[in-house]
Amino acid sequence: MNLMTERSLEKAVGDKMNAVASTNKMKGDKVSVFYGAKQALFDVDLDIPEKMVTALIGPSGCGKSTFLRSLNRMNDTIEGCRVTGQITLDGEDIYDPKIDVVELRARVGMVFQKPNPFPKSIYENVAYGPRIHGLAKSRHELDEIVESSLRRASLFEEVKDRLHDAGTGLSGGQQQRLCIARAIAVSPEVILMDEPCSALDPIATAKVEELIDELRQNYTIVIVTHSMQQAARVSQKTAMFHLGNLVEVGETEMMFTTPKEKRTQDYITGRFG
Amino acid sequence: MSVLLVLLIVFGIGIVGFFIGRQRASARETGEVKVHSRAYYHGWWVFLVSVLPAVLFIVLWSAGSSIYLERSAQASLPAQTAESAVASRGLALSMVRGIATGLDRLDAQELQNLPQSYADLRSLLGSKGVALASEGQDYMVPIAERWHSQAATARTIGAGLAIALAVAGVIFGLSGIHPRARARNNVERIVLWGLLAASTIAILTTVGIIFSMLFQTINFFSVVSPWNFFFGTVWDPRFADAGSGGSQGQFGLIPLLAGTLYIAFVAMLFAVPVGLFAAIYMAEYATPKVRATVKPLLEILAGIPTIVYGFFALVTVGPFLRDLSAAISGGGGFIMAQSVLTAGLVMGIMLIPFVSSLSDDIITAVPRAMRDGSLGLGATRSETIKRVILPAALPGIVGALLLTASRAIGETMIVVLAAGVAARLTVNPFEAMTTITVKIVNQLTGDLEFNSPQTLVAFALGITLFFLTLAMNIFALYIVRKYREQYE
Ligand SMILES: Nc1ncnc2c1ncn2[C@@H]1O[C@H](COP(=O)(O)OP(=O)(O)OP(=O)(O)O)[C@@H](O)[C@H]1O
Ligand SMILES: [Mg+2]
Repeated sequence: MNLMTERSLEKAVGDKMNAVASTNKMKGDKVSVFYGAKQALFDVDLDIPEKMVTALIGPSGCGKSTFLRSLNRMNDTIEGCRVTGQITLDGEDIYDPKIDVVELRARVGMVFQKPNPFPKSIYENVAYGPRIHGLAKSRHELDEIVESSLRRASLFEEVKDRLHDAGTGLSGGQQQRLCIARAIAVSPEVILMDEPCSALDPIATAKVEELIDELRQNYTIVIVTHSMQQAARVSQKTAMFHLGNLVEVGETEMMFTTPKEKRTQDYITGRFG
Repeated sequence: MSVLLVLLIVFGIGIVGFFIGRQRASARETGEVKVHSRAYYHGWWVFLVSVLPAVLFIVLWSAGSSIYLERSAQASLPAQTAESAVASRGLALSMVRGIATGLDRLDAQELQNLPQSYADLRSLLGSKGVALASEGQDYMVPIAERWHSQAATARTIGAGLAIALAVAGVIFGLSGIHPRARARNNVERIVLWGLLAASTIAILTTVGIIFSMLFQTINFFSVVSPWNFFFGTVWDPRFADAGSGGSQGQFGLIPLLAGTLYIAFVAMLFAVPVGLFAAIYMAEYATPKVRATVKPLLEILAGIPTIVYGFFALVTVGPFLRDLSAAISGGGGFIMAQSVLTAGLVMGIMLIPFVSSLSDDIITAVPRAMRDGSLGLGATRSETIKRVILPAALPGIVGALLLTASRAIGETMIVVLAAGVAARLTVNPFEAMTTITVKIVNQLTGDLEFNSPQTLVAFALGITLFFLTLAMNIFALYIVRKYREQYE
């Protein structure tokens, strides 16, 4: 099982040092999710370490997206969806009725599987969040936020001459980076990414992965992926789901070299999926 | 044999052909040769080959024979003289036809000894429930009798030929069955032609409508100049005496057009916000359960006949507004019972379901990913609607509103009852105005003679209205289509 390149192995070793020092940004405690009468997640205990990338893997339909969406309560928008158990952000229960969902989602941003830029200009796409939350006091400040977000999403150089063209006119990979820029622009603490590269070609994927690695400096990231290589390359912690259960969770390096569970090993080596 | 019976027999033969064909084709599927078409396509092909030509023949034959019979009967009518009891040859002919069809009711016995005088025949047929005109003449009886017997012969021959044709079709179809026969392609082609014919009928009808109006409109414009019609500001056809040369009626379109647009505008002013908000509620806030009840309820509004809205305006809304204004001003009301406001308000109520239903469809068509994207950034629902969904849906909504507006412009019954008939130019919504549709109704009711500009003007108005709404619909479709491309 030699999925990891030498480079990422080195990196993983380095990350291991960080992992020890890191605290948990979010904590999931006995999280169960129901769609109507159907239970999609069963008592999942999963902690999200701060300023690290946590990868969620597992076969299709195992509940990765469901767990991800419960982290910023996007499940609320689904009719008949119910969450039990406890999820905390910095020790605060996010399902507490006193919590303002809108504020929560500003702190825990989300990037979706399919790039979904608004049918507005590139500039307006990025400025959308800051406008809504009143993050900029002047036009000038807004310009700065937009520029720095685009820069951090390593998109600025490619689009700086056409900031006022439609965001939907970009290529798929650019659109996805635009969506990441849009998420960054509201300065979230956690960024959730649901298969952010599934619609992208290898080059665009590489760019997004590079970007995720950089974003780790400032943000806590949770990423759902179907690519074992991707999980190995970008994440420090990996959680393996199967049929709504959390099968195994641990440091990425450990998961990919010496998994404890047979199911994890089978999945990683491609024996089922 | 009646035509209906022949048709039934032909169809029966076709159905038998279908089963035989299908059975034969499946018997041929031995597995040695790969069959081209499934067995039931062969069955259908046999059916179509036998039924279609036969039906076509029946149609042509009956049309041809009835034209022939009418010609020959007309030829044998005596010359029209001043003393004739019947006003015209055409009338005489139609009386003969009446007798001939009446004779169908008699049995063979009665036909044998048919009374030769018209009066006797009339009382005989009267006893069978066939009413004939009283001024018929004796000479008509033999002509009608011959007509009747010839028609019966023609029918029998036609029926025989049609049935023979159907049988021949079955034989032809069956003889063509072999594993590689392309029955599927043949059937598909006939289906295609059938569909094409159906859509052509719709288009031809539209063209026919335009032309029928066009000719009358041209007649109208030969009497009244287009300039006076399109740019005239006075509508006063009533007291004009078209025949007396000098003083012509005044047919100014402007007051009617102004009234039409004004009332439509008031209606939209009322319907757009209410309908749009209802649509937003249904699409974004309502739970599926609420939506499942509210939407059909709103659509019931669309099913109410507009004349009922007219009553509502006339007996409820109009008097209410008048009394309300009287109460406010303390003296006489400043809102007339029939007014732009009344008509516009009630028409607006009528339009609400159109606006809400169309907009609801458009809003729900905005991809869920847009909503999620916005909500995921911490936007509230209403921010999401205002800043993402409505802008994305805007072109579609504008298209929907244009479609609605063209309905408002063409609406008739409400304005007939609620807007009044006074063709006035005013900006006061509390007074009565009138619309193009109201005037069309006015000009075409009562004693009609289709050669005076007073009636012909209705066609000019109609065609103006037609082009007005046509232009709006085309524009709306253009916008809606453009909006669709956005997500494809
Ligand atoms: N909106 C919904 N309504 C009902 N059931 C749902 C809904 N969304 C997901 N589910 C069910 O919940 C289970 C978990 O789905 P989820 O989308 O979390 O899977 P996933 O691990 O993200 O799969 P994939 O890798 O294919 O994206 C599945 O069985 C799915 O059918
Ligand atoms: Mg998923």
